[in-house]
Amino acid sequence: MTLVLRRLPLLVLLLAAISAAVFALTQALPGDPAFIAAGGGDATPEMIAHARERLGLDRPLWVQYALYMRNALAGDFGRSLVNRKPVIEDLAAFWPASAELALAAIAISAAIGIPLGVLSAVRAGRWLDRLITPGSVFLGSMPIFWLGLMAVLVFYRVLDVLPAAGRLTVGLAPPPAVTGLLLVDSLLARDLTVFADALAHLVLPASILSVISLAMITRVTRAAMLDILHEDYLRTARAKGLSEPRVVLKHGLRNASVPIVTVVGIQLGQLIGGVVVTETIFSWPGLGLYAVTAVENQDYPAILAFTLLATVVYVVINLAVDVLYPLLDPRMRG
Amino acid sequence: MATEGAAAAGAPIRSPMRLPRFFRGGTPVLLATAVLAIAGLMTLAPELFTRRDPNAIAYLERLQPPSLAHPLGTDENGRDVWARVVHGARPTLAAAVSLIALSLAAGSLAGLVIGAAGRRTDEALMRVTEFFLALPQIVWALALTSVMGRGLVNCVLALAVTWWAQYARLMRAQVLGVRHREFVLASRALGQREWRILLRHLLPNCFSPVLVKATIDVSLAILLLAALSFLGVGAQPPLPEWGAMVTIGRKYLLDYPWYATFPGLAIFVVVLAFNILGERLRDVLDPASGLHERAGR
Repeated sequence: MTLVLRRLPLLVLLLAAISAAVFALTQALPGDPAFIAAGGGDATPEMIAHARERLGLDRPLWVQYALYMRNALAGDFGRSLVNRKPVIEDLAAFWPASAELALAAIAISAAIGIPLGVLSAVRAGRWLDRLITPGSVFLGSMPIFWLGLMAVLVFYRVLDVLPAAGRLTVGLAPPPAVTGLLLVDSLLARDLTVFADALAHLVLPASILSVISLAMITRVTRAAMLDILHEDYLRTARAKGLSEPRVVLKHGLRNASVPIVTVVGIQLGQLIGGVVVTETIFSWPGLGLYAVTAVENQDYPAILAFTLLATVVYVVINLAVDVLYPLLDPRMRG
Repeated sequence: MATEGAAAAGAPIRSPMRLPRFFRGGTPVLLATAVLAIAGLMTLAPELFTRRDPNAIAYLERLQPPSLAHPLGTDENGRDVWARVVHGARPTLAAAVSLIALSLAAGSLAGLVIGAAGRRTDEALMRVTEFFLALPQIVWALALTSVMGRGLVNCVLALAVTWWAQYARLMRAQVLGVRHREFVLASRALGQREWRILLRHLLPNCFSPVLVKATIDVSLAILLLAALSFLGVGAQPPLPEWGAMVTIGRKYLLDYPWYATFPGLAIFVVVLAFNILGERLRDVLDPASGLHERAGR
């Protein structure tokens, strides 16, 4: 808890700097916002002047920043230039899809990467271990959007076993929204048809996204396990007759958990860029696709709100990783 | 490396060709070098690889599968995909290399100054780099290009805005490591000016980890720039940049799969080559670092 408190001032400073940077972007936007707000081409000079006053654009820059911050803290990011809805409503509608995708991806890469890393450390030098490094360089060299397209070709076009776009088959009614995560909501509603359909739609995008973090999680797990496999307490555990899996998993993995949890957390943050790309490949209706569409339409309020939100999420995830250390490692408490 | 292990164990293994040490990393290193040599040649002289005009439109020949006349098929305007891949090497690689060169130059300079400056300046400038590292790269590149305008050059600038900070921190750590070494003290005692010490003594002695990072980062730069093209803010048509080609090919993916496949394959092969050479460079120049430095990024 003290660590959180100690980091709080820095976090506040960082968030202020980030919001100032986004505000600076609003100042750099092409076009006169008062002209646009007054209705564009047909606006008279009086209408433009009126709009300027109404938007506070005639005030000093720091007042404008204060206004921007006040609105942002109240969740007011203006209206989308495309659908005229408040941007915050769109963000609220689209974020669960992104969260579901990112969480599924990190779960897949942890579920594969951690056992893989443990196995290759336990059998260091054997064939599996020797495949890890070249394998991770190989996978890490693939452009993820290209890998995604190739996966669509194989699993949708050729094998026809998985859907290639969206979260649900068109025509299927989504379950009542509780968490916004379709897998959870469909289970809550006991609707197995929707659950299976949502799962089928999630498999390809989440697997492709998981490739980004898989290699790093595997390599860090392997390194962390190698570091502790020769520790005395593992020898003691063996000496008192514990089975080898128990030694490795209970006494080994647990003590290697700090770097592993750290890398999983950092990778979750790193996924943000990948989410944008993956959603574009698979027409996944999340924030990433929303942002890319906004960029296409030059929908500036939407772009800037997404930028602010994504950056804050990124910063908070990284902070959470820092704060998690002492919970896992009692030596770091105090 | 397995071969090195054998050599260290005392086995009298000698490369019969007496290659420089860098190239004694086995087949992958040689293949990667060959790939980059070919890619470099494509960048400098694409005419050596194809006589076709990458922008010659021939509607009658649109979307043809690979054949003898068109080894990688044709695109939606009947342009030869092989010619476009060959001519695409220049924009793709030049953008990635200039992005890294720009970030490296700005970051190293900043890091040199931060590391050599006093405690207060150091503290303040480190906070500044922390700010830039706190920005997710693709998200900010999207935001910046939507304000500055699309295109490959703006993408390079937008990514450099966040990238330089990584080099600044790496360079600072290096400077702090050598600042109090004897040769620096000696040249100061000899009365050399501070900036001269910085450039002549600190810089050269800090550079190998920075160079290793730069090599690996070129591969990352190719991937990120291609991703930005895929998202629509990068290279604009008709420029045959590889990422942009995959993007357009995506529209024809299900019926004409070769179109998106080959430019993406080109990205993959070149990125793989840069990664292999980067790892090799690390083994040769900077054996102590390794996984941990990359994991901490």
